[in-house]
Amino acid sequence: MTVTQTPREAGHAVGSDVARIDGEAKVLGLAKYAFEQVVDRPTYLHVVQSTVARGRVTGFDTSDAEALDGVLLVLSHLNAPMIADTSDQEYAVLQSPGVAFRGQIVGAVVAETPEIARHAAELVRVTYDVHDHDTELREDHPDLYEPGQVNPAYPADTEDGAVDTALGRAAVVVDQRYTTPMEHNNPMEPHACIAVWEEGPRLTVYDSTQFAHGVKNKLVALFDLQPSAVRVISPYVGGGFGSKGMAHAHNVLVVLAAMSLPGRPVKLALTRQQMFALVGYRTPTLQRVRLGAGDDGRITAVVHEAVEQTSRIKEFAEQTTVGTRSMYAAGARRTTHRLVALDVAVPSWMRAPGEAPGMFALESAMDELAEATGLDPIELRVRNEPEQDPETGLPWSGRHLVECMRQGAARFGWDLRGLPGSRREGDWLIGLGMAASTYPGYVMPGSVASVAYNQHGHYQVRIGAADIGTGSWTALTQLAADALDVPMSRVHVEIGDTSLPMATVAGGSAGLASHGSAVVEAARKFREEHGVDPPHGAVTEATLADHPEREKHAVHSYGAQFVEARVNVDTGEVRVPRMTGVFSCGRIVNPRTARSQFIGGMVWGLSMALHEHSVIDHTLGHVVTHDLADYHIPSHADVGDIDVSWLDEEDLVANPMGLRGIGEIGIVGSAAAVANAVHNATGMRVRDLPITPDRLVR
Amino acid sequence: MPDTSITVTVDGTPRTVTVDTRTTLLDALRERLGVTSPKKGCDHGQCGACTVILDGRRTLSCLKLAVAEDGGDVVTSVGLRSGDDPHPLHQAFIDHDGLQCGYCTPGQICSAAGMLDEVRAGHASHVSDDLETGLDGASALTHDEIRERMSGNLCRCGAYPNIVAAIAEVAAR
Repeated sequence: MTVTQTPREAGHAVGSDVARIDGEAKVLGLAKYAFEQVVDRPTYLHVVQSTVARGRVTGFDTSDAEALDGVLLVLSHLNAPMIADTSDQEYAVLQSPGVAFRGQIVGAVVAETPEIARHAAELVRVTYDVHDHDTELREDHPDLYEPGQVNPAYPADTEDGAVDTALGRAAVVVDQRYTTPMEHNNPMEPHACIAVWEEGPRLTVYDSTQFAHGVKNKLVALFDLQPSAVRVISPYVGGGFGSKGMAHAHNVLVVLAAMSLPGRPVKLALTRQQMFALVGYRTPTLQRVRLGAGDDGRITAVVHEAVEQTSRIKEFAEQTTVGTRSMYAAGARRTTHRLVALDVAVPSWMRAPGEAPGMFALESAMDELAEATGLDPIELRVRNEPEQDPETGLPWSGRHLVECMRQGAARFGWDLRGLPGSRREGDWLIGLGMAASTYPGYVMPGSVASVAYNQHGHYQVRIGAADIGTGSWTALTQLAADALDVPMSRVHVEIGDTSLPMATVAGGSAGLASHGSAVVEAARKFREEHGVDPPHGAVTEATLADHPEREKHAVHSYGAQFVEARVNVDTGEVRVPRMTGVFSCGRIVNPRTARSQFIGGMVWGLSMALHEHSVIDHTLGHVVTHDLADYHIPSHADVGDIDVSWLDEEDLVANPMGLRGIGEIGIVGSAAAVANAVHNATGMRVRDLPITPDRLVR
Repeated sequence: MPDTSITVTVDGTPRTVTVDTRTTLLDALRERLGVTSPKKGCDHGQCGACTVILDGRRTLSCLKLAVAEDGGDVVTSVGLRSGDDPHPLHQAFIDHDGLQCGYCTPGQICSAAGMLDEVRAGHASHVSDDLETGLDGASALTHDEIRERMSGNLCRCGAYPNIVAAIAEVAAR
């Protein structure tokens, strides 16, 4: 099989169109994901979840379950091993009878086969002392509070200038509320792990994770183990989108079971339904955006306020309004976040946390401001382009939003856009919409890479990174090849194992920027230490080099999203036959896999706009849309033509490779572009996602 | 529950295995035979990751009980190869980058292979102009036809445009 069209020449891998190095294994299905690792005498764990949203377990009757042939273990808070550190209650699995949300782990069955384990789990009889619960996010909730900071480390609130005065004096004011629903990541591979506890003790975990070292460090702390005694192996990851960015409760549960069955590998794959309670989700948001502007569209004041939920047992504060802090010039600016802790599962990262829901609101409001001022939406944004970062006053490392919008307009045919509701073909109203997007160019410190020279002129590059479908395995190989100035065919990158040097999470669009920086620095030092003709066995290890210019700049990526929406006049059905995205993300390492990342992000934005909605039944406190029949994501028939391109540039301020991450910016702005296109088609402004047909039927 | 011995042909090789009467064909393949090319994404026939070719037709193996498929012929993505040569769909998926995380990919490829056979047999789809006569061969497959016929296979990475391009290239041959 012709898997790679590898550039034969040294020094030309970066920027070349290269097929995935794991492509052949994946198309055949021979790539072994976590649950598929071959282990000796496996056992199977099935989770028992709480059926109440708040209360205490008062009875845990295992007699029928234990009577089944093949049942090896029934775990509950009554017999689970102790965890050393219970400060983070998400991980304090089976340490108390308390129930803090519906679907929480209250027990587990381990059996010789998955069928027996599942049957036995259903035979466990749990009784509860049920307490009143509250799962409903409300703007006027009495328990709203200001979090200490929002993810990952931003202040919760900011205020700059005389906001209320500027709003009062503004010639034009847009003041609207926008909502986004609870959404679930739903990678195609359900969260899975295999834990093996052996004498020593020694713990080996095969896990589907974006952050093998993070899972390892968590388990070391929770179980008070020697770091050298724990190994996490994660060779292939079937998607994550943030939900596999950190350990979750199931990782702890499978280790508790393995400790109770030393020598027997315990396999746990969450069911699709269980994933709706146990592996994080995007908080619903209630947002209010106020834009004050002159008649010329120049923004004088922007206020963006968000209300969101967290769980009672662990705070996750999503940075919903942070994108607004740097997006447009304005004399006065206020952004706030308010949280309420409810009896709900623990929210967490989901692709572009903060920017995805927040920029839906801001970019919808910008479309409303364009309408109110009679300006073209692109022209409005051009007029509000800030010369430096409004939040920090720092110069941009490279802000090319205007070029993205201009190029996108030309590629898309923006000049065809008419007045709202003016274009109809048969039963379909047709509209065009656009929105801007942004995402920070993060680099995380701490990753380490090693470069070793083996016989036959081959280089082994080792770093415990993850390729969750981004193509980073291939891109790291390209970066290493050019940094060593050898052809790709002589570079072999190993990832996905904590026996390899430490790597930070493959998340925050920071994977390649962070891991690549370590690889490039290790290659540079290798040449410095060993020259171009290294001895067999030469090894060099390095972490990211200091890059002081970065701290003196605001480092952000930008993009422009364009959408054609067709709305059926009778049914309200929305179809999106085509989307265009133009992005500014510094240097693109591999055009083939990069294009896939952008497309995937835009499909996510389309999905957020039209499909995704986790519905909580507040009477019972659980997500009722808890499978792929009821939780809608796009299918083939929902996705039309997607035209992706990017500016030819490099950002050497961001990092030595000149790149900024690309995994998340594709989703940012695309939901607003869909909503804005729907408005242009119908004249109806939908401010509550998803835009389901009922919102459009008059 | 009583265990039963069944024999299924997997990618051309007869395999005899003992299954629980509740064991799905998917779990028989993955957990009892070590054949992990078909993936489990939902276990409820909602995602398509477990698609195999069963007795010549694309089938969701998570919705089949293994005991009911004694004597069956299963082809996974691995079995679509001719010897060591890849199926044209394999190469097209790589060339068009019709995958990201890879977890739905073997199912997409089995589904595409089965779908192309259906088209050659004249099956119509919901978007076909003529539901009686179907399509005039695979070369008549439009992108909308491919999208409709492949909609049982979800891809959360959103690789759909590239998957459609890969299938269209193979269909046009």
